[in-house]
Amino acid sequence: MAEAKYISNDKLTAWLDELAGKMRVIAPTRQGDAVVFAPYASGQSVELTQEATSPPKSVVFPASEDLLRYDYRKNPENLGQVDVELLPTITPEPTLVFGSRPCGVRGFLIFDRVYDGAIYKDPYYLARREATLFATITCGHAENACFCHSVGSGPGDATGSDLLLTPIGDGFVVESVSDKGSQCLESSLLEAAGGKADEAKAFREKAHQEMGEPQDFGPAQKKLLELFDDMGFWEDVSAKCISCGACTYLCPTCYCFNITDENAGLTGRRVRSWDNCMSFQFTLEASGHNPRPTKAHRLKNRVGHKFSYYPDLHEGIIACCGCGRCIKSCPVSVDIREIVTKAMAHQPPAVEEAAK
Amino acid sequence: MTENPKQSPLAANPYLPEIGTVVETIQETHNIKTFRVVLGSEERMQNFHYEPGQVGQLSVFGIGESTFVINSPPTRKEYLQFSVMRAGEVTTKLHSLSKGDRIGVRAPLGNAFPYESMKGKDIIFIGGGIGMAPLRTLLLFMLDNRKDYGKIRLLYGARSPQDMAFSYELPDWLERKDMETVLTIDREAEGWEHKVGLIPNVLLDMAPKPRKAVAVTCGPPIMIKFTLQALKKLGFKDNQIITTLEKRMKCGVGICGRCNIGTKYVCVDGPVFSYEQLRELPNEL
Repeated sequence: MAEAKYISNDKLTAWLDELAGKMRVIAPTRQGDAVVFAPYASGQSVELTQEATSPPKSVVFPASEDLLRYDYRKNPENLGQVDVELLPTITPEPTLVFGSRPCGVRGFLIFDRVYDGAIYKDPYYLARREATLFATITCGHAENACFCHSVGSGPGDATGSDLLLTPIGDGFVVESVSDKGSQCLESSLLEAAGGKADEAKAFREKAHQEMGEPQDFGPAQKKLLELFDDMGFWEDVSAKCISCGACTYLCPTCYCFNITDENAGLTGRRVRSWDNCMSFQFTLEASGHNPRPTKAHRLKNRVGHKFSYYPDLHEGIIACCGCGRCIKSCPVSVDIREIVTKAMAHQPPAVEEAAK
Repeated sequence: MTENPKQSPLAANPYLPEIGTVVETIQETHNIKTFRVVLGSEERMQNFHYEPGQVGQLSVFGIGESTFVINSPPTRKEYLQFSVMRAGEVTTKLHSLSKGDRIGVRAPLGNAFPYESMKGKDIIFIGGGIGMAPLRTLLLFMLDNRKDYGKIRLLYGARSPQDMAFSYELPDWLERKDMETVLTIDREAEGWEHKVGLIPNVLLDMAPKPRKAVAVTCGPPIMIKFTLQALKKLGFKDNQIITTLEKRMKCGVGICGRCNIGTKYVCVDGPVFSYEQLRELPNEL
């Protein structure tokens, strides 16, 4: 990391106010029992001590956004002739996401490989991604659903961030990870970190060690495909799922979407919205045929996509950031770690028979 | 099958349709309507590059988009032809369009038939119902490049004579000396002078030879299933059978995550697959 500074807690609000004068700042805010990323208003308190209930996904990939506006216009010379004009709506706003965790940023690294593809690029996503900075906070301790260290990340992982903040003493060591991050350090409120930079490094190493041995999900890539036709297995692991989709909406790496039109007379919008592979409609064809007719088929795709198909297409990278939100927020306690572990340990019945 | 073409004009913003104009509509059957569409200018039409088998998304703004094969071959570029079976909201709205109406077009998308590697081979086309649409593109393309291909045979079946699309072309196809056309319907009908019987059975009667041949088939899933069995019985190998898949597609560019079968996305890796490729995919059609 290029540069290390220190900010004491009593100056944090003033620094945020300074930053908010230059760009939109989004920070974790307590809303009832939940902590959500919301626009920062001057002097407002931010919640930096616990992982946010929902990730900062919507800052770069809004839950709903216009792809274009259309406008039907009657030709005044020929009223039977109606023309249509299209107006693409790409309007990125310079934004700082302050106080996300490494897992929240890792989600966008998973997105990037899909939305910034070799042939097709998603200009809406990329414009917003380019305009967004991340000031990420190192996690001091893992919550019980956390497993970021098992999917290639860790509590102090700075990959994808522009700044990394590590809580030391009564403040944070602030380290720049990118050039854009360095610019945020140009403030008289920040002081030299001195020896605290080493403390921050030790803090991150300790946090990583305290997570214990990572689990090796690598074998899942092949194993999930082997289990593809074993619907007994998938019916078993999906039995309690109620197809609510909370897991996908709260997931920093889930990127699927729908496109729908919203009409208002002769004008309207083409809207992109988050979609959810746990819903029956996701793959329902106009003919009535549905290649994923049951929740067992759909959960198989969700787990398969994250731990098998995506890694197969993207150099073994697992499309899960280990944040555990899908586990913590599942109303019926479906645990994706358990499903993948169970799949990796699963022996086909015939093999079990032979072993007896 | 073939490499995804890289010259797509959709590269800048793959979600932004071009505005096209419907220049002609043809009521093919009670539920299939064909649209001939031109894009922006004559120059644009001449510069519009695609390959047989590629698809496009048609938009009716305010209702939405759906995917259809471009069933006119790139050797005939005065318009782009799409045949639409009425099945849902978008297709119902499309059916209400007439000459002069504007339409959104995102094309070309997806891969194409491997027409290069089919050169010098005998071709048997087996189409059922609306499944004739993608075959039409390749058939016309091959007829326009006739010397490149061996014997060309077409087996086209529909439920009844009234369900046969492209009826205006059938007399020409039947009369042509450089191809053999066999039409069949499911049940006897008054005035019908062609075959009666299900496609797989008629195919077995036709008994195309698998040597140096490729079978291209498209139709309802149940037809495909039994047609594959018939082709296997005739000795066709998995890599000699080509088909196209349908899925519920949205973005059409491999991003929205809807049309995958394992690691393959039908909108970019397909819609054209050989049966050999399909067998390697997870069983999720």
